[in-house]
Amino acid sequence: MGKKVLKVNNVSMKFNLSTEKVDSVKEYFIKLVKREIKHDEFWALRDISFSLEKGDRLGILGLNGAGKSTLLKVIAGVFKPTTGSVERHGKIAPLLELGAGFDMQYTGAENIYLYGAVLGYSRDFIQSKYNEIVEFSELGKFIDVPLKNYSSGMRSRLGFAIATIVEPEILILDEVLSVGDAKFRKKSEKKVTDMFDKGVTVLFVSHSLEQVRRLCNKAIILDHGKLISVGDIDTVAEVYEKMIE
Amino acid sequence: MKKQFKNFMKYRFLLGELVKKGIKLKYRRSYLGIVWSLLEPLFEMIVLTIVFGTLFDNSDRTFPIYILTGRLLYSFFSQGTKASLKSIRSNSAMIKKVYVPKYLYPMSSVLFNYVIFLISLIVLVLVSLILGVYPTRYVFMALVALVLILVFTYGVGMILATLGVFFRDMEYLWNVALMLIMYMCAIFYYPQRLLDSGYSWILKWNPLYCIIAIFRDAVFGRMPDIQMLLYSTVFSFGSLLVGLFVFRKRQDEFILHI
Repeated sequence: MGKKVLKVNNVSMKFNLSTEKVDSVKEYFIKLVKREIKHDEFWALRDISFSLEKGDRLGILGLNGAGKSTLLKVIAGVFKPTTGSVERHGKIAPLLELGAGFDMQYTGAENIYLYGAVLGYSRDFIQSKYNEIVEFSELGKFIDVPLKNYSSGMRSRLGFAIATIVEPEILILDEVLSVGDAKFRKKSEKKVTDMFDKGVTVLFVSHSLEQVRRLCNKAIILDHGKLISVGDIDTVAEVYEKMIE
Repeated sequence: MKKQFKNFMKYRFLLGELVKKGIKLKYRRSYLGIVWSLLEPLFEMIVLTIVFGTLFDNSDRTFPIYILTGRLLYSFFSQGTKASLKSIRSNSAMIKKVYVPKYLYPMSSVLFNYVIFLISLIVLVLVSLILGVYPTRYVFMALVALVLILVFTYGVGMILATLGVFFRDMEYLWNVALMLIMYMCAIFYYPQRLLDSGYSWILKWNPLYCIIAIFRDAVFGRMPDIQMLLYSTVFSFGSLLVGLFVFRKRQDEFILHI
């Protein structure tokens, strides 16, 4: 079998609900005096373990609030897990929310460099791929216009073009295949399936079981932060179908 | 340590981009652009010279240089710490979506202000030459002051950036504190009367004043006070260590609060 690309070891993620509400010193002291600082703990993830080999395509199933997005963010490194660890080997391309690092006052061209840097690319790499990015995003002469004048479709097109320019080892997809108009969507789907063919490891979140079946070979089910089922897509899909009935 | 350094090398291009972004956006859409980093301190120096020189009957012709040195260093400290304080919150969209070492945000805020500050030193050079204050061998001590103020500002900036995440009030409190610090730094008055009074500790134990004093001595061609030099060095690097420690300890919680 292939080598392990991603290993998730006993990951748990705890949120402190109360700390999110206290916003000012005054509020904090008032609550401290009144002893109102409760520590409502909320475990978004509990003891999740699984591992993926090169070329695995994992579908992550679960109802709303099951912890799917939290899990993806832990894997992408945005959240640090409360306990447990994640081992990643290779470059991760997180297509979580496209264009999160964009600056609205910057032009498209400047944003290519900025967002590329945010994703950890080097200057030479961006320079060599610049034309390809502009071409794929179909922005043409708008590339020199500040981003605040872009339509939302143009923005996501640019974000998608920059994020997919690398050839990552691990690709994280959180229902982003619905970017732009129908024509661009086709193009972006083709780009992603091309990546699949090259043997990229994929983590894919979707509510559509049909889509997950089509794209993935493995799947997991999350429910209230716990791992319910893990394994082959067919066995897991059966469990999921029973679960949502 | 080695791993951290490798990580830093990987992201140094991002650091450069963030610094560039800060400078570019600060002056974007103004007609004079980066020239403002020269004009602003110059105009301020003229106003302060008129108010505190002419009206208060201070006839020293190098007084404008005295004001300019103080005001340049102070305003870097104030701009740098303010930007650093807001850096985590203003980049929250990015922090929530992509992994980037978080110390890059306060670091880039301080650095872009430092670049602007270094550019604005041109004004000081010009004004000094016009008013007949020429560099001596002590001018190299100015480099020490320039390093110290950077270290000090970054250290304080890291502490503030951490506090700013958990308490939004910090922004306003810090503005008040900065005003107090300004008056405690002898920017537009001579320190002698204060030093002779019972309140000399205000200046002597004020690290920012010490750095300003070292810088001034270097510009005016005097050997800086060794005690001040030692004190401000220890204080600057001390605040850097505290800043790094506090920031590192808390950085994983930032995302839950922004």
